[in-house]
Amino acid sequence: MEAGNLSKILKNSAIWGFIVLELIFFSIAGEFLSLSDKAFMDVDNMLLLLKQSAPIGIIAMGMTIIMVNGNIDLSVGAIFALSAVILLDSLSWSVFAGLGDWVIPVSWTLALLTGVALGAINGLIVWKTGVDAFIVTLGSMLGFRGLVFMYNGENPTSSLNWTLVDFAEAQFLGFHTATWFLAVVTLIIWYIMTRTVHGRNAYAIGDNREAAVNAGIKVGPHMLINFMIIGFLSALSAVVFYSESGSVNPNDGQLYELWVITAVVLGGTKLTGGSGSIVSTLGGVLAIQLLRKGLGHIGADTSTVNLVIGLILIAVLFLDRQLNAKGKEELKI
Amino acid sequence: MASMTKADIGGMLARQGILIAFAVFIIGFTIANDRFLSPDNVMGVIRSSAILGVMALGVTFVVISGNLDLSVGSMMSFSTIVVLDLHDKIGPFLAIPAMFAMTLCLGAFIGFLVGYLKLNSLIVTLGMLSAIHGLTLTYSGGQNMDIADKEGTWFGVFGQGSALGIPVPILIFLALAALLGIILAKTAFGRKVYAVGGNGTAATFSGIKRARIVFLCYIMSSACVAVAGLIQASRSMGSQNTVGQGLELDVLAAVILGGASLLGGSGTIFKTVIGVLILGFIQNGLLLLGLQFYVQNVVTWVIIILAVWLDIAAKRGKLWSNIA
Repeated sequence: MEAGNLSKILKNSAIWGFIVLELIFFSIAGEFLSLSDKAFMDVDNMLLLLKQSAPIGIIAMGMTIIMVNGNIDLSVGAIFALSAVILLDSLSWSVFAGLGDWVIPVSWTLALLTGVALGAINGLIVWKTGVDAFIVTLGSMLGFRGLVFMYNGENPTSSLNWTLVDFAEAQFLGFHTATWFLAVVTLIIWYIMTRTVHGRNAYAIGDNREAAVNAGIKVGPHMLINFMIIGFLSALSAVVFYSESGSVNPNDGQLYELWVITAVVLGGTKLTGGSGSIVSTLGGVLAIQLLRKGLGHIGADTSTVNLVIGLILIAVLFLDRQLNAKGKEELKI
Repeated sequence: MASMTKADIGGMLARQGILIAFAVFIIGFTIANDRFLSPDNVMGVIRSSAILGVMALGVTFVVISGNLDLSVGSMMSFSTIVVLDLHDKIGPFLAIPAMFAMTLCLGAFIGFLVGYLKLNSLIVTLGMLSAIHGLTLTYSGGQNMDIADKEGTWFGVFGQGSALGIPVPILIFLALAALLGIILAKTAFGRKVYAVGGNGTAATFSGIKRARIVFLCYIMSSACVAVAGLIQASRSMGSQNTVGQGLELDVLAAVILGGASLLGGSGTIFKTVIGVLILGFIQNGLLLLGLQFYVQNVVTWVIIILAVWLDIAAKRGKLWSNIA
């Protein structure tokens, strides 16, 4: 085996190794430190963990495409919130009053379309103006959040539809609805990224945009589609989450972009574009959720969770660079 | 000059676009509300922008050197909480230098990671945003910090005092802007910051120690954050753990509005001050028009995109991008 292959395998499996370490650590530490007498590796606990990973995880899949493509999207939290507001508000629109429970698919569609439209706005601006995606989405993060507030002031938007709640709380083969959504999204995005021309082009553009242009790849429409995908997934994440909770605050989803980017980077995707994998992103999502849950299990508070996740992010960046350090100069964003 | 072509005029408009937009806003708001340009109101706007402004001055250095700093918000919470806590424990004379030392340590740590270890600044400062927030919560135990004897201390002078009729926060902001403006524009260090951000490889080959310059930029940034934290603490005499949350993005918005490129190598302190004032006056103007704070978010969004777009459109000489 070549040395290059070895380091590649090390890198790809690093996140799963990390997850195993976390499981072992929290199981053992939990025996001594936990206040509850339930084991950490309890089946119910793990199922809950998967369910709780879904909102961040679904968006993280979209962020992986965006980052492989060489862009970034900071507005996902705001898109999440605006889609949630549209979802819950439209459930009680008088236009749909005669629909009965058929209002649910209509509201879902409206929420998802909202996400796609907001993503398309980002994508079009990035494409047509040539302004860096970081700045564009930093701006729309403020702007979309402003729209959320303009919609319903500082009041929460609530709507409890029991059919919807039953659906969201249902378990199929033991797994919660949210987990199934995460699994299906992961599978589809994995397929797109590894088995389609669109996915291959995403890597090509992120790796070397000029070469991709010379090879005849249409960079602009490509980026537009990717921004629409992440908009769709942010909305889907909101649909999954708020179908159950039934109430959205205008500040909801804030800092989601940070959690999502942390998960994707933990999974080994480069900010500079051209490399990253959906499976590793899933690993990153699970690793973060495991960390939050595990630290909670052994009695640590939020402050410790924040501290640990921040430092781990930096440590991963450092290790990743050590593994890749073969005279490759890191590009600036 | 009579021979100015249409393209020249367009280019000039775009280059000075942000100043022109600023002027249009001022005129528009003045017509809409005659209180807008009253000395009291203007003073009020600058005063409430001072904390954001001081932080933006430091971040300007970091951005010109080609990096980002997303940690300034939570770092500001940290310094505010620390100085309030130490005020009652060891007195303001010792609390202020101690807080500066601790904040500079955080800046040095980030500077070390980004400068010497060459890690990506976006991720490092994202991690530090979270880590410092955790540090602050650990330090305070999640409690709000308050100065016990608010009347019997001179500590309020930085945030509430005034000299010659001008509030002290404004004086600090302007003095710091002048000082850092001179450092950036007139010293060898300032030129090296531009060199490192403009073309890091070329800078290294011409003998500039890139790592050291980047390190120093983060030190500057954290020093500015410490000043901002001091003003904040002194103004309110008490604080929550999350006082600076989200400020990093406002700061970045101000710096970008001022025309600094995120790719590094361009931007000035003067333009950053303009960027800070634009944000402040827009917020104030919309409030005077009776609009809610969140309308300002939407307006800021449009302005940021337009400002950056016009800026790069002027550079490439074409309105629309070349992306196929």
